Amino acid sequence: MNLTNRSKVVAKKELTLMESMYLPAIFKGMAITLSHLFKRKATIKYPEETREIAPVYRGQHVLKRDEAGAERCTACGLCAVACPAEAITMEAGEREKGEEKLFREEKYAKIYEINMLRCIFCGLCEEACPKEAIFLTDRIVPSSFTRGEEVFGKDKLVEGLDERVDVTKRQTPDVLSFKQDKKHAHNQTFQDRLKQ
Amino acid sequence: MDQIIIYKIILCAIVFVVTLGAAAYMTWGERKLASWLQDRVGPDRAGPFGLLQPIADGLKMLFKEEMIPTHSNKWLFILGPSFFMLTACMTGAVIPWGAGFTIDGTYFPMQIADINIGLLYMLGVVSIGVYGIMIGGWSSNNKFALLGALRASSQMISYEVAMGLALIALVMLTGTLNLGEIVAQQDADYAYIVYQPLGFLIFLICAFAETNRAPFDLPESESELVGGFHTEYSSMKLGFFLFAEYINMFISSAVMASLYFGGYNFPFQHELGLEGNLLSAIQTAVFLGKILIFIFVFMWVRWTLPRFRYDQLMNLGWKVLLPLAIFNIFITGLVMYFTGKL
Repeated sequence: MNLTNRSKVVAKKELTLMESMYLPAIFKGMAITLSHLFKRKATIKYPEETREIAPVYRGQHVLKRDEAGAERCTACGLCAVACPAEAITMEAGEREKGEEKLFREEKYAKIYEINMLRCIFCGLCEEACPKEAIFLTDRIVPSSFTRGEEVFGKDKLVEGLDERVDVTKRQTPDVLSFKQDKKHAHNQTFQDRLKQ
Repeated sequence: MDQIIIYKIILCAIVFVVTLGAAAYMTWGERKLASWLQDRVGPDRAGPFGLLQPIADGLKMLFKEEMIPTHSNKWLFILGPSFFMLTACMTGAVIPWGAGFTIDGTYFPMQIADINIGLLYMLGVVSIGVYGIMIGGWSSNNKFALLGALRASSQMISYEVAMGLALIALVMLTGTLNLGEIVAQQDADYAYIVYQPLGFLIFLICAFAETNRAPFDLPESESELVGGFHTEYSSMKLGFFLFAEYINMFISSAVMASLYFGGYNFPFQHELGLEGNLLSAIQTAVFLGKILIFIFVFMWVRWTLPRFRYDQLMNLGWKVLLPLAIFNIFITGLVMYFTGKL
């Protein structure tokens, strides 16, 4: 079976006179290389130009804050369970009095770490998150000299108060409605199931 | 008389600087051309269009650590690259770079040494050239370097024979070994490529082999012999080896241009109505242009053709080029006999 029509049957035979002169083949090859001289260059000069990426590109994660600036994550651990690469670890803490402006829920993530070397950027954490807290963004994970630096803690993951990260490309109205649709079993809480 | 000696010294310096500068920018050109032929951009970070790249490369070479292997012969190890560089620069002396200038009635030729055995001198210097590689490869006390040196010497000896025979056919036509006269003859008549197309082809192939350029870069063979004869070399001594290769390319381009393509002459030069020094300057520029074209061909071939196998190299040299060169001499003789030039 042929997948393409470009395959050639190789036969070992004596060269004809023209072939053993090499010169016609050499000129043919040189014509090919010369034609490449005028072709468009494939290079993208990186720091000045960047490669165009898909609108739903899955890059470095962000932990979102809500409109008031409180962290959305409640350390339920669903992202860590969903993660096929086991890249996410977290430690939960209880919100103290007076911290309501910092954390939206009564339970929050005291430590939240993603090992960027293990992460395969599949986006399952984002799909699993019930609090709309974790999103993958179009940012590229920066390289580093040590492996330790590639374990990102909350300092690198949580978005800054005054520098919010735009995730509207991934959090479209369709995605939102899908996530809140009670028809799907994974969106139902225990109370929802009791009602049925 | 003193005036002429001072002028010759200045001309020496100019030719030396131009050769070295051209070789430096040929490294840049080679990298640029290689990337263009491969749909890449090439060096473009150092200066506009990467034009400062040769300077950066040279500085890098100078500041690299210099290693001399413990079990090598130190003097020969240093002598190798020096010798290679020396012989590479020597051929430039007999090449006529232009028709010469006349200032206040004094004639200043554009040729350092107008000797009547110019061609012979050139062949001689090219033959000595192999010693630099041999000494370098031998004194490194390294099997790869030795293999590279062996290959280089056998290759250069094999191809020198065919090269010499190709030139004999040309000398039969010119009747002189003086390079200046050969170029002047091509002003009165057609360029010698018209009379010696086969001879030029043989000479071109041999020139590729003599300069150790692809597809005849067996002495280096990065992929099989690490670096060939310069495996053990580092710092500026390695730089000398690499640099001398480009000087060789420049000089052999100049030789090919002057022997077969009319040197500094160009078609219809006397119909332009230009005279004396101005015409001479244009001629020199044209000559440099011809050299540039040959250099382009050298690089173009390198980034197109794969390396020969060793037995193919020897077969081509002894069984194809040598008989062809003898056949060329025979045909040239016949034609000269029947046209009454003999």
